[in-house]
Amino acid sequence: MRDFSYLRAASVEEAINAAALPATMLLAGGTTLLDLAKCGVADPERVVDISHLTGLDTIRVDGEGAFIGALAKMSRVAVDAAIQQQFPAVSEALWQAASAQIRNMASIGGNLLQRTRCAYFRDPATFPACNKRSPGSGCSALEGVTRNHAVLGGSDACIATYPGDLAVALTAFDAVVHLGERSVAIDDFFLLPGSTPNREHAMQPGEMITAITIPTSVAARHSTFIKVRDRQSYEFAAASAAVGIAFEADGKTISDIRVALGGVATKPWRARGVEDALRGRAFEPEAVKQASRLAIEGAIDHGANHYKIELAPRVVERAILKTGAMA
Amino acid sequence: MTNEITIHLDINGKTHSLSVEPRVTLLDALRDHLALTGTKKGCDQGQCGACTVHVNGERVLSCLTLAAQAEGQKITTIEGLSDHGAELHPVQAAFLEHDAFQCGYCTPGQIMSAVACIREGHTGSDDEIREYMSGNLCRCGAYPHIIEAVREAAKVMS
Ligand SMILES: Cc1cc2nc3c(=O)[nH]c(=O)nc-3n(C[C@H](O)[C@H](O)[C@H](O)COP(=O)(O)OP(=O)(O)OC[C@H]3O[C@@H](n4cnc5c(N)ncnc54)[C@H](O)[C@@H]3O)c2cc1C
Ligand code: SF4
Ligand code: FES
Ligand code: FES
Repeated sequence: MRDFSYLRAASVEEAINAAALPATMLLAGGTTLLDLAKCGVADPERVVDISHLTGLDTIRVDGEGAFIGALAKMSRVAVDAAIQQQFPAVSEALWQAASAQIRNMASIGGNLLQRTRCAYFRDPATFPACNKRSPGSGCSALEGVTRNHAVLGGSDACIATYPGDLAVALTAFDAVVHLGERSVAIDDFFLLPGSTPNREHAMQPGEMITAITIPTSVAARHSTFIKVRDRQSYEFAAASAAVGIAFEADGKTISDIRVALGGVATKPWRARGVEDALRGRAFEPEAVKQASRLAIEGAIDHGANHYKIELAPRVVERAILKTGAMA
Repeated sequence: MTNEITIHLDINGKTHSLSVEPRVTLLDALRDHLALTGTKKGCDQGQCGACTVHVNGERVLSCLTLAAQAEGQKITTIEGLSDHGAELHPVQAAFLEHDAFQCGYCTPGQIMSAVACIREGHTGSDDEIREYMSGNLCRCGAYPHIIEAVREAAKVMS
Protein backbone atom coordinates (compact mmCIF):
# COMPACT_ATOMS: atom_id res chain seq x y z
CA MET A 1 0.00 0.00 0.00
CA ARG A 2 1.44 3.38 -1.00
CA ASP A 3 1.29 6.08 1.58
CA PHE A 4 -1.41 8.74 1.43
CA SER A 5 -2.32 11.86 3.29
CA TYR A 6 -5.04 11.57 5.92
CA LEU A 7 -7.74 14.10 6.65
CA ARG A 8 -10.39 13.62 9.30
CA ALA A 9 -13.42 15.43 7.89
CA ALA A 10 -15.23 17.72 10.32
CA SER A 11 -18.40 18.08 8.23
CA VAL A 12 -20.17 16.60 5.22
CA GLU A 13 -19.31 19.77 3.26
CA GLU A 14 -15.64 19.37 4.05
CA ALA A 15 -15.77 15.69 3.08
CA ILE A 16 -17.50 16.41 -0.24
CA ASN A 17 -15.13 19.24 -1.11
CA ALA A 18 -12.11 17.12 -0.31
CA ALA A 19 -13.51 14.11 -2.18
CA ALA A 20 -13.79 16.19 -5.36
CA LEU A 21 -9.97 16.45 -5.47
CA PRO A 22 -8.25 13.96 -7.76
CA ALA A 23 -7.06 10.58 -6.36
CA THR A 24 -9.03 11.17 -3.18
CA MET A 25 -11.16 8.53 -1.48
CA LEU A 26 -13.60 8.60 1.39
CA LEU A 27 -12.91 6.24 4.28
CA ALA A 28 -15.86 4.97 6.31
CA GLY A 29 -15.38 1.55 7.95
CA GLY A 30 -12.36 0.92 5.74
CA THR A 31 -13.14 -2.78 5.28
CA THR A 32 -13.24 -2.43 1.49
CA LEU A 33 -10.90 0.50 0.98
CA LEU A 34 -7.97 -0.68 3.14
CA ASP A 35 -8.33 -4.24 1.88
CA LEU A 36 -8.11 -3.03 -1.74
CA ALA A 37 -5.27 -0.63 -0.96
CA LYS A 38 -3.31 -3.60 0.38
CA CYS A 39 -4.09 -5.58 -2.80
CA GLY A 40 -2.80 -2.69 -4.89
CA VAL A 41 -6.24 -2.12 -6.43
CA ALA A 42 -7.06 1.14 -4.64
CA ASP A 43 -4.26 3.66 -4.73
CA PRO A 44 -5.48 6.92 -3.18
CA GLU A 45 -3.19 9.91 -2.65
CA ARG A 46 -5.61 11.38 -0.13
CA VAL A 47 -7.91 9.59 2.26
CA VAL A 48 -10.75 11.53 3.82
CA ASP A 49 -11.98 9.87 6.99
CA ILE A 50 -15.73 10.32 7.34
CA SER A 51 -16.16 7.67 10.03
CA HIS A 52 -16.23 10.27 12.81
CA LEU A 53 -18.89 12.55 11.28
CA THR A 54 -21.88 12.86 13.57
CA GLY A 55 -25.55 12.77 12.59
CA LEU A 56 -25.13 10.36 9.67
CA ASP A 57 -25.84 7.17 11.59
CA THR A 58 -29.56 7.60 12.23
CA ILE A 59 -31.81 4.56 11.90
CA ARG A 60 -35.48 5.57 11.87
CA VAL A 61 -38.60 3.68 10.84
CA ASP A 62 -42.00 5.36 10.56
CA GLY A 63 -45.23 4.85 8.57
CA GLU A 64 -43.51 5.95 5.35
CA GLY A 65 -40.55 3.65 5.59
CA ALA A 66 -37.01 3.31 6.87
CA PHE A 67 -34.37 6.02 6.86
CA ILE A 68 -30.85 4.73 7.37
CA GLY A 69 -27.92 7.15 7.56
CA ALA A 70 -24.90 6.30 5.41
CA LEU A 71 -22.66 5.84 8.45
CA ALA A 72 -24.97 3.53 10.37
CA LYS A 73 -23.05 0.33 11.08
CA MET A 74 -24.21 -2.96 9.55
CA SER A 75 -24.35 -4.50 13.04
CA ARG A 76 -26.66 -1.76 14.36
CA VAL A 77 -29.09 -1.91 11.45
CA ALA A 78 -29.21 -5.73 11.65
CA VAL A 79 -30.45 -5.69 15.25
CA ASP A 80 -32.71 -2.64 15.02
CA ALA A 81 -36.11 -3.85 16.26
CA ALA A 82 -38.15 -1.76 13.81
CA ILE A 83 -36.02 -2.89 10.86
CA GLN A 84 -36.42 -6.51 11.97
CA GLN A 85 -40.17 -6.05 12.16
CA GLN A 86 -40.80 -3.98 9.01
CA PHE A 87 -37.95 -5.22 6.81
CA PRO A 88 -36.87 -8.68 8.01
CA ALA A 89 -35.03 -9.46 4.74
CA VAL A 90 -32.82 -6.40 5.30
CA SER A 91 -31.87 -7.53 8.79
CA GLU A 92 -31.24 -11.09 7.57
CA ALA A 93 -29.08 -9.92 4.66
CA LEU A 94 -27.00 -7.92 7.11
CA TRP A 95 -26.40 -10.46 9.85
CA GLN A 96 -25.51 -13.13 7.31
CA ALA A 97 -22.86 -10.88 5.75
CA ALA A 98 -19.14 -10.88 6.59
CA SER A 99 -18.33 -11.37 10.30
CA ALA A 100 -19.35 -9.77 13.58
CA GLN A 101 -16.12 -7.75 13.62
CA ILE A 102 -16.57 -6.47 10.06
CA ARG A 103 -20.24 -5.62 10.68
CA ASN A 104 -19.17 -3.49 13.67
CA MET A 105 -16.88 -1.50 11.38
CA ALA A 106 -18.69 -1.40 8.05
CA SER A 107 -21.10 1.40 7.16
CA ILE A 108 -24.25 1.11 5.07
CA GLY A 109 -22.92 3.57 2.48
CA GLY A 110 -19.61 1.72 2.18
CA ASN A 111 -21.48 -1.57 2.02
CA LEU A 112 -23.33 -0.57 -1.16
CA LEU A 113 -20.02 0.48 -2.71
CA GLN A 114 -18.05 -2.68 -1.92
CA ARG A 115 -16.17 -4.00 -4.93
CA THR A 116 -16.31 -7.35 -6.67
CA ARG A 117 -14.41 -10.32 -5.22
CA CYS A 118 -13.26 -11.34 -8.75
CA ALA A 119 -9.84 -12.87 -7.95
CA TYR A 120 -8.31 -11.34 -11.09
CA PHE A 121 -9.54 -7.88 -10.20
CA ARG A 122 -7.98 -8.25 -6.73
CA ASP A 123 -4.53 -9.29 -8.01
CA PRO A 124 -3.16 -6.62 -10.36
CA ALA A 125 0.45 -7.80 -10.05
CA THR A 126 -0.35 -11.23 -11.49
CA PHE A 127 -3.24 -10.27 -13.78
CA PRO A 128 -2.73 -6.92 -15.47
CA ALA A 129 -5.74 -7.50 -17.75
CA CYS A 130 -8.93 -6.30 -16.08
CA ASN A 131 -11.32 -3.89 -17.77
CA LYS A 132 -12.83 -2.89 -14.47
CA ARG A 133 -9.45 -1.78 -13.11
CA SER A 134 -7.84 -0.61 -16.34
CA PRO A 135 -10.40 0.04 -19.08
CA GLY A 136 -9.40 -1.57 -22.37
CA SER A 137 -6.86 -3.98 -20.85
CA GLY A 138 -9.04 -7.05 -21.37
CA CYS A 139 -10.66 -9.49 -18.95
CA SER A 140 -8.57 -12.21 -17.31
CA ALA A 141 -11.66 -14.01 -16.04
CA LEU A 142 -13.16 -14.78 -19.45
CA GLU A 143 -10.21 -17.09 -20.12
CA GLY A 144 -9.81 -18.14 -16.51
CA VAL A 145 -11.55 -19.78 -13.58
CA THR A 146 -15.10 -18.48 -13.44
CA ARG A 147 -16.59 -20.36 -10.50
CA ASN A 148 -17.61 -17.15 -8.71
CA HIS A 149 -18.47 -15.11 -11.76
CA ALA A 150 -21.84 -13.81 -12.87
CA VAL A 151 -24.28 -15.64 -15.14
CA LEU A 152 -26.61 -12.62 -15.42
CA GLY A 153 -25.85 -9.11 -16.60
CA GLY A 154 -22.34 -9.81 -17.89
CA SER A 155 -20.79 -8.38 -21.04
CA ASP A 156 -17.82 -9.11 -23.33
CA ALA A 157 -15.86 -6.73 -21.13
CA CYS A 158 -16.62 -8.04 -17.62
CA ILE A 159 -18.49 -10.82 -15.84
CA ALA A 160 -17.65 -9.87 -12.25
CA THR A 161 -20.30 -10.64 -9.64
CA TYR A 162 -21.62 -7.89 -7.38
CA PRO A 163 -20.82 -9.52 -4.03
CA GLY A 164 -22.96 -7.66 -1.49
CA ASP A 165 -26.03 -8.98 0.32
CA LEU A 166 -27.74 -5.85 1.63
CA ALA A 167 -28.18 -4.30 -1.82
CA VAL A 168 -30.08 -7.40 -2.93
CA ALA A 169 -32.71 -6.89 -0.24
CA LEU A 170 -32.79 -3.15 -0.97
CA THR A 171 -33.37 -3.87 -4.66
CA ALA A 172 -36.33 -6.11 -3.90
CA PHE A 173 -38.01 -3.34 -1.89
CA ASP A 174 -37.32 -0.33 -4.12
CA ALA A 175 -34.91 1.48 -1.82
CA VAL A 176 -33.62 4.92 -2.74
CA VAL A 177 -30.01 6.07 -2.41
CA HIS A 178 -29.64 9.67 -1.23
CA LEU A 179 -26.64 11.67 -2.39
CA GLY A 180 -27.24 14.85 -0.43
CA GLU A 181 -29.88 16.74 -2.43
CA ARG A 182 -30.09 14.17 -5.21
CA SER A 183 -31.66 10.75 -4.90
CA VAL A 184 -31.43 7.71 -7.16
CA ALA A 185 -33.61 4.57 -7.22
CA ILE A 186 -31.48 1.62 -6.19
CA ASP A 187 -31.99 -0.20 -9.50
CA ASP A 188 -30.63 2.86 -11.36
CA PHE A 189 -27.85 3.37 -8.83
CA PHE A 190 -26.03 0.18 -9.84
CA LEU A 191 -24.92 0.03 -13.48
CA LEU A 192 -24.49 -2.96 -15.77
CA PRO A 193 -20.87 -3.42 -16.89
CA GLY A 194 -21.57 -3.08 -20.65
CA SER A 195 -18.44 -1.66 -22.27
CA THR A 196 -17.56 0.40 -19.18
CA PRO A 197 -17.23 -2.02 -16.23
CA ASN A 198 -15.09 0.58 -14.46
CA ARG A 199 -18.31 2.55 -13.91
CA GLU A 200 -20.28 0.67 -11.26
CA HIS A 201 -22.75 3.22 -9.97
CA ALA A 202 -24.49 6.47 -10.78
CA MET A 203 -22.49 8.62 -8.37
CA GLN A 204 -20.56 11.57 -9.81
CA PRO A 205 -17.12 12.59 -8.52
CA GLY A 206 -17.53 14.62 -5.36
CA GLU A 207 -20.87 13.05 -4.49
CA MET A 208 -21.37 11.18 -1.27
CA ILE A 209 -24.05 8.80 -0.04
CA THR A 210 -25.81 10.44 2.88
CA ALA A 211 -28.65 7.95 3.49
CA ILE A 212 -30.81 5.24 2.05
CA THR A 213 -34.57 5.03 2.43
CA ILE A 214 -36.85 2.01 1.97
CA PRO A 215 -40.59 2.51 1.49
CA THR A 216 -42.88 0.51 3.76
CA SER A 217 -44.88 -2.26 2.10
CA VAL A 218 -46.70 -5.38 3.16
CA ALA A 219 -44.31 -7.40 1.00
CA ALA A 220 -41.31 -5.92 2.81
CA ARG A 221 -42.89 -6.79 6.15
CA HIS A 222 -43.36 -10.40 5.02
CA SER A 223 -39.91 -10.95 3.64
CA THR A 224 -36.95 -13.32 3.78
CA PHE A 225 -33.33 -13.37 2.67
CA ILE A 226 -31.79 -16.74 1.89
CA LYS A 227 -28.07 -17.05 1.24
CA VAL A 228 -26.35 -20.21 -0.01
CA ARG A 229 -22.56 -20.36 0.09
CA ASP A 230 -19.50 -22.59 0.10
CA ARG A 231 -19.24 -22.52 3.87
CA GLN A 232 -21.94 -21.86 6.39
CA SER A 233 -20.80 -18.45 7.57
CA TYR A 234 -18.28 -15.65 6.85
CA GLU A 235 -18.55 -16.22 3.11
CA PHE A 236 -20.00 -14.42 0.12
CA ALA A 237 -23.12 -15.79 -1.56
CA ALA A 238 -22.91 -18.47 -4.25
CA ALA A 239 -26.55 -17.50 -4.78
CA SER A 240 -28.97 -15.52 -2.64
CA ALA A 241 -32.55 -14.35 -2.86
CA ALA A 242 -34.56 -11.63 -1.16
CA VAL A 243 -38.29 -12.27 -1.39
CA GLY A 244 -41.35 -10.44 -0.08
CA ILE A 245 -45.00 -11.44 -0.55
CA ALA A 246 -48.41 -9.89 0.13
CA PHE A 247 -51.68 -11.80 -0.19
CA GLU A 248 -55.24 -10.77 -1.05
CA ALA A 249 -57.86 -11.01 1.73
CA ASP A 250 -58.44 -14.67 0.73
CA GLY A 251 -54.97 -15.42 2.13
CA LYS A 252 -53.83 -17.33 -0.95
CA THR A 253 -53.91 -15.06 -4.00
CA ILE A 254 -50.59 -13.24 -4.36
CA SER A 255 -51.26 -9.50 -4.60
CA ASP A 256 -47.64 -8.34 -4.50
CA ILE A 257 -44.38 -10.21 -4.79
CA ARG A 258 -40.78 -8.97 -4.88
CA VAL A 259 -37.82 -11.11 -5.88
CA ALA A 260 -34.17 -10.08 -6.14
CA LEU A 261 -31.08 -12.23 -6.64
CA GLY A 262 -27.51 -11.96 -5.40
CA GLY A 263 -24.26 -13.79 -6.00
CA VAL A 264 -25.12 -14.59 -9.61
CA ALA A 265 -25.29 -11.23 -11.38
CA THR A 266 -23.12 -8.22 -12.13
CA LYS A 267 -25.45 -6.01 -10.10
CA PRO A 268 -28.18 -6.69 -7.53
CA TRP A 269 -30.73 -8.39 -9.77
CA ARG A 270 -34.46 -7.80 -9.67
CA ALA A 271 -36.24 -10.87 -11.07
CA ARG A 272 -39.33 -9.19 -12.52
CA GLY A 273 -40.12 -12.23 -14.66
CA VAL A 274 -40.72 -14.30 -11.54
CA GLU A 275 -42.83 -11.53 -10.00
CA ASP A 276 -44.98 -11.13 -13.12
CA ALA A 277 -45.57 -14.87 -13.34
CA LEU A 278 -46.88 -15.09 -9.78
CA ARG A 279 -48.69 -11.80 -9.16
CA GLY A 280 -52.43 -12.42 -9.17
CA ARG A 281 -51.92 -16.19 -9.02
CA ALA A 282 -52.80 -18.56 -6.18
CA PHE A 283 -49.84 -19.49 -4.00
CA GLU A 284 -49.17 -23.04 -5.00
CA PRO A 285 -45.86 -24.98 -4.88
CA GLU A 286 -45.84 -26.14 -8.50
CA ALA A 287 -46.54 -22.63 -9.81
CA VAL A 288 -43.77 -21.30 -7.55
CA LYS A 289 -41.34 -23.87 -8.90
CA GLN A 290 -42.17 -23.04 -12.53
CA ALA A 291 -42.00 -19.29 -11.95
CA SER A 292 -38.66 -19.59 -10.13
CA ARG A 293 -37.05 -20.89 -13.33
CA LEU A 294 -37.65 -17.44 -14.82
CA ALA A 295 -35.13 -16.00 -12.37
CA ILE A 296 -32.29 -17.04 -14.67
CA GLU A 297 -33.90 -15.96 -17.95
CA GLY A 298 -31.09 -14.88 -20.25
CA ALA A 299 -28.35 -16.43 -18.10
CA ILE A 300 -25.04 -17.27 -19.76
CA ASP A 301 -22.51 -19.52 -18.06
CA HIS A 302 -18.75 -19.64 -18.52
CA GLY A 303 -18.13 -23.26 -17.60
CA ALA A 304 -17.21 -23.34 -13.94
CA ASN A 305 -20.08 -21.07 -12.93
CA HIS A 306 -22.73 -23.19 -14.64
CA TYR A 307 -23.89 -24.46 -11.25
CA LYS A 308 -25.28 -21.00 -10.49
CA ILE A 309 -27.87 -21.47 -13.23
CA GLU A 310 -29.09 -24.59 -11.43
CA LEU A 311 -28.73 -23.15 -7.96
CA ALA A 312 -30.33 -19.71 -8.33
CA PRO A 313 -33.88 -20.88 -9.20
CA ARG A 314 -33.81 -23.34 -6.29
CA VAL A 315 -32.77 -20.61 -3.88
CA VAL A 316 -35.56 -18.39 -5.24
CA GLU A 317 -38.08 -21.22 -4.92
CA ARG A 318 -37.02 -21.93 -1.33
CA ALA A 319 -37.24 -18.26 -0.43
CA ILE A 320 -40.71 -17.90 -1.97
CA LEU A 321 -42.02 -21.04 -0.24
CA LYS A 322 -40.60 -19.91 3.10
CA THR A 323 -41.99 -16.39 2.75
CA GLY A 324 -45.39 -17.62 1.62
CA ALA A 325 -45.65 -19.88 4.64
CA MET A 326 -44.96 -16.88 6.93
CA ALA A 327 -47.22 -14.29 5.35
CA MET B 1 9.28 9.22 6.31
CA THR B 2 8.30 12.70 5.22
CA ASN B 3 4.60 12.22 5.72
CA GLU B 4 4.47 11.10 9.36
CA ILE B 5 1.76 12.35 11.64
CA THR B 6 1.65 12.33 15.41
CA ILE B 7 -1.28 10.53 16.95
CA HIS B 8 -2.38 9.69 20.47
CA LEU B 9 -3.90 6.31 21.13
CA ASP B 10 -5.77 5.29 24.27
CA ILE B 11 -4.83 1.64 24.67
CA ASN B 12 -5.76 -0.42 27.72
CA GLY B 13 -6.34 2.78 29.69
CA LYS B 14 -2.98 4.33 28.85
CA THR B 15 -2.32 7.11 26.34
CA HIS B 16 0.50 6.50 23.87
CA SER B 17 1.88 9.14 21.50
CA LEU B 18 3.42 7.91 18.31
CA SER B 19 4.58 9.20 14.98
CA VAL B 20 3.35 7.10 12.04
CA GLU B 21 2.69 7.32 8.32
CA PRO B 22 -1.07 7.71 7.76
CA ARG B 23 -1.24 4.30 6.03
CA VAL B 24 -0.15 2.47 9.20
CA THR B 25 -2.90 0.22 10.49
CA LEU B 26 -3.87 -0.06 14.12
CA LEU B 27 -2.49 -3.61 14.01
CA ASP B 28 0.96 -2.48 12.85
CA ALA B 29 0.93 0.41 15.31
CA LEU B 30 0.25 -2.00 18.18
CA ARG B 31 2.82 -4.60 17.13
CA ASP B 32 5.61 -2.59 15.52
CA HIS B 33 5.41 0.76 17.26
CA LEU B 34 4.14 -0.10 20.74
CA ALA B 35 5.50 -3.65 21.17
CA LEU B 36 2.00 -4.92 22.02
CA THR B 37 2.47 -8.16 20.13
CA GLY B 38 -0.41 -10.06 21.74
CA THR B 39 -2.62 -8.98 18.84
CA LYS B 40 -1.71 -11.24 15.91
CA LYS B 41 -1.42 -10.70 12.19
CA GLY B 42 -2.84 -13.62 10.23
CA CYS B 43 -4.09 -12.56 6.81
CA ASP B 44 -3.84 -8.74 7.13
CA GLN B 45 -6.97 -8.61 4.90
CA GLY B 46 -9.98 -9.03 7.12
CA GLN B 47 -10.32 -12.75 6.50
CA CYS B 48 -9.16 -14.46 9.72
CA GLY B 49 -9.92 -12.46 12.89
CA ALA B 50 -6.46 -12.95 14.47
CA CYS B 51 -6.12 -9.17 14.82
CA THR B 52 -9.41 -8.65 16.72
CA VAL B 53 -9.35 -5.87 19.34
CA HIS B 54 -12.07 -3.85 21.01
CA VAL B 55 -12.73 -0.24 20.05
CA ASN B 56 -15.11 1.43 22.51
CA GLY B 57 -15.99 -2.05 23.76
CA GLU B 58 -16.89 -3.49 20.35
CA ARG B 59 -14.89 -6.11 18.48
CA VAL B 60 -13.25 -4.89 15.29
CA LEU B 61 -10.36 -5.90 13.03
CA SER B 62 -7.21 -3.90 13.69
CA CYS B 63 -5.75 -4.87 10.28
CA LEU B 64 -8.49 -2.92 8.47
CA THR B 65 -8.46 0.07 10.84
CA LEU B 66 -6.02 2.93 10.37
CA ALA B 67 -4.15 3.89 13.52
CA ALA B 68 -5.09 7.51 12.78
CA GLN B 69 -8.76 6.51 12.57
CA ALA B 70 -8.56 5.03 16.08
CA GLU B 71 -7.36 8.26 17.68
CA GLY B 72 -9.76 9.39 20.37
CA GLN B 73 -11.30 5.90 20.77
CA LYS B 74 -10.88 3.53 23.67
CA ILE B 75 -8.85 0.55 22.49
CA THR B 76 -8.57 -2.72 24.41
CA THR B 77 -6.16 -5.46 23.38
CA ILE B 78 -5.59 -8.93 24.80
CA GLU B 79 -2.94 -7.39 27.07
CA GLY B 80 -5.61 -5.20 28.66
CA LEU B 81 -8.19 -7.89 29.32
CA SER B 82 -6.93 -8.65 32.81
CA ASP B 83 -4.42 -6.75 34.94
CA HIS B 84 -0.88 -8.03 34.92
CA GLY B 85 -0.48 -10.61 37.68
CA ALA B 86 -4.17 -10.44 38.55
CA GLU B 87 -6.71 -13.19 37.95
CA LEU B 88 -7.37 -14.14 34.35
CA HIS B 89 -10.49 -12.88 32.60
CA PRO B 90 -13.16 -15.65 32.72
CA VAL B 91 -12.82 -16.19 28.96
CA GLN B 92 -9.04 -16.57 29.23
CA ALA B 93 -9.54 -19.02 32.11
CA ALA B 94 -12.11 -20.99 30.10
CA PHE B 95 -9.77 -21.28 27.10
CA LEU B 96 -7.11 -22.77 29.41
CA GLU B 97 -9.58 -25.01 31.21
CA HIS B 98 -11.06 -26.37 27.96
CA ASP B 99 -7.80 -26.61 26.06
CA ALA B 100 -9.27 -24.36 23.36
CA PHE B 101 -6.14 -24.03 21.25
CA GLN B 102 -3.24 -25.92 19.79
CA CYS B 103 -0.58 -23.57 18.40
CA GLY B 104 -2.23 -20.57 20.06
CA TYR B 105 -1.79 -18.16 17.18
CA CYS B 106 -5.49 -17.43 16.71
CA THR B 107 -6.16 -17.43 20.45
CA PRO B 108 -5.84 -13.73 21.34
CA GLY B 109 -8.27 -12.92 18.51
CA GLN B 110 -10.60 -15.75 19.54
CA ILE B 111 -10.63 -14.52 23.13
CA MET B 112 -11.25 -10.87 22.24
CA SER B 113 -14.03 -11.96 19.90
CA ALA B 114 -15.53 -14.33 22.50
CA VAL B 115 -15.63 -11.62 25.18
CA ALA B 116 -17.65 -9.44 22.80
CA CYS B 117 -19.79 -12.37 21.61
CA ILE B 118 -20.81 -13.09 25.20
CA ARG B 119 -21.45 -9.41 25.91
CA GLU B 120 -23.63 -9.18 22.77
CA GLY B 121 -25.69 -12.12 24.04
CA HIS B 122 -24.95 -14.41 21.11
CA THR B 123 -24.28 -17.57 23.12
CA GLY B 124 -27.83 -18.97 23.27
CA SER B 125 -26.86 -22.23 21.55
CA ASP B 126 -23.76 -23.85 20.07
CA ASP B 127 -25.06 -22.94 16.60
CA GLU B 128 -25.40 -19.32 17.62
CA ILE B 129 -21.86 -19.36 19.05
CA ARG B 130 -20.57 -20.88 15.81
CA GLU B 131 -22.32 -18.22 13.73
CA TYR B 132 -21.15 -15.28 15.85
CA MET B 133 -17.61 -16.62 16.25
CA SER B 134 -17.28 -17.37 12.51
CA GLY B 135 -15.09 -14.31 12.01
CA ASN B 136 -12.25 -16.08 13.82
CA LEU B 137 -10.57 -18.88 11.92
CA CYS B 138 -8.40 -21.52 13.60
CA ARG B 139 -5.93 -23.30 11.32
CA CYS B 140 -5.45 -25.96 14.01
CA GLY B 141 -9.16 -26.72 13.98
CA ALA B 142 -9.63 -26.29 17.72
CA TYR B 143 -13.24 -25.28 17.09
CA PRO B 144 -15.02 -27.89 19.29
CA HIS B 145 -13.02 -26.81 22.33
CA ILE B 146 -13.39 -23.12 21.47
CA ILE B 147 -17.19 -23.55 21.40
CA GLU B 148 -17.02 -25.32 24.77
CA ALA B 149 -14.88 -22.57 26.27
CA VAL B 150 -17.20 -19.82 25.02
CA ARG B 151 -20.30 -21.67 26.23
CA GLU B 152 -18.83 -22.23 29.70
CA ALA B 153 -17.38 -18.72 30.00
CA ALA B 154 -20.79 -17.31 29.12
CA LYS B 155 -22.28 -19.22 32.07
CA VAL B 156 -19.61 -17.89 34.45
CA MET B 157 -20.11 -14.34 33.22
CA SER B 158 -23.91 -14.30 33.39
C1 LIG C 1 -13.43 -10.86 4.66
C2 LIG C 1 -14.64 -10.08 4.22
C3 LIG C 1 -15.86 -10.74 4.07
C4 LIG C 1 -16.98 -10.04 3.67
N1 LIG C 1 -18.15 -10.72 3.49
C5 LIG C 1 -19.25 -10.04 3.07
C6 LIG C 1 -20.49 -10.70 2.86
O1 LIG C 1 -20.62 -11.91 3.08
N2 LIG C 1 -21.54 -9.97 2.42
C7 LIG C 1 -21.46 -8.62 2.19
O2 LIG C 1 -22.44 -8.00 1.81
N3 LIG C 1 -20.30 -7.97 2.37
C8 LIG C 1 -19.20 -8.65 2.79
N4 LIG C 1 -18.02 -7.99 2.94
C9 LIG C 1 -17.92 -6.60 2.48
C10 LIG C 1 -18.21 -5.61 3.58
O3 LIG C 1 -19.57 -5.69 3.91
C11 LIG C 1 -17.83 -4.23 3.04
O4 LIG C 1 -16.41 -4.19 2.97
C12 LIG C 1 -18.32 -3.11 3.90
O5 LIG C 1 -19.70 -3.10 3.99
C13 LIG C 1 -17.84 -1.78 3.35
O6 LIG C 1 -18.22 -0.74 4.23
P1 LIG C 1 -17.12 0.22 4.86
O7 LIG C 1 -17.83 1.26 5.65
O8 LIG C 1 -16.08 -0.54 5.56
O9 LIG C 1 -16.54 0.85 3.51
P2 LIG C 1 -15.17 1.56 3.17
O10 LIG C 1 -14.11 0.56 2.93
O11 LIG C 1 -14.86 2.64 4.13
O12 LIG C 1 -15.61 2.24 1.80
C14 LIG C 1 -15.91 1.46 0.65
C15 LIG C 1 -15.95 2.37 -0.57
O13 LIG C 1 -17.04 3.26 -0.51
C16 LIG C 1 -16.62 4.61 -0.46
N5 LIG C 1 -17.51 5.23 0.52
C17 LIG C 1 -17.70 4.82 1.81
N6 LIG C 1 -18.72 5.52 2.37
C18 LIG C 1 -19.16 6.37 1.41
C19 LIG C 1 -20.21 7.34 1.37
N7 LIG C 1 -21.00 7.58 2.43
N8 LIG C 1 -20.41 8.03 0.22
C20 LIG C 1 -19.62 7.79 -0.87
N9 LIG C 1 -18.62 6.90 -0.88
C21 LIG C 1 -18.40 6.19 0.24
C22 LIG C 1 -15.16 4.58 -0.11
O14 LIG C 1 -14.46 5.65 -0.69
C23 LIG C 1 -14.73 3.25 -0.71
O15 LIG C 1 -14.45 3.38 -2.05
C24 LIG C 1 -16.89 -8.65 3.40
C25 LIG C 1 -15.67 -7.99 3.58
C26 LIG C 1 -14.55 -8.68 3.99
C27 LIG C 1 -13.26 -7.94 4.16
S1 SF4 D 1 -14.52 -10.20 -14.69
FE1 SF4 D 1 -14.41 -7.96 -14.61
S2 SF4 D 1 -13.33 -7.58 -12.68
FE2 SF4 D 1 -12.89 -9.73 -13.23
S3 SF4 D 1 -11.02 -9.68 -14.52
FE3 SF4 D 1 -12.75 -9.53 -15.94
S4 SF4 D 1 -12.95 -7.29 -16.21
FE4 SF4 D 1 -11.77 -7.57 -14.33
S1 FES E 1 -5.13 -10.23 10.36
FE1 FES E 1 -6.92 -9.02 10.50
S2 FES E 1 -8.46 -10.40 9.89
FE2 FES E 1 -6.65 -11.56 9.50
S1 FES F 1 -4.83 -22.77 17.79
FE1 FES F 1 -3.56 -22.80 16.04
S2 FES F 1 -4.68 -21.47 14.72
FE2 FES F 1 -6.05 -21.73 16.34
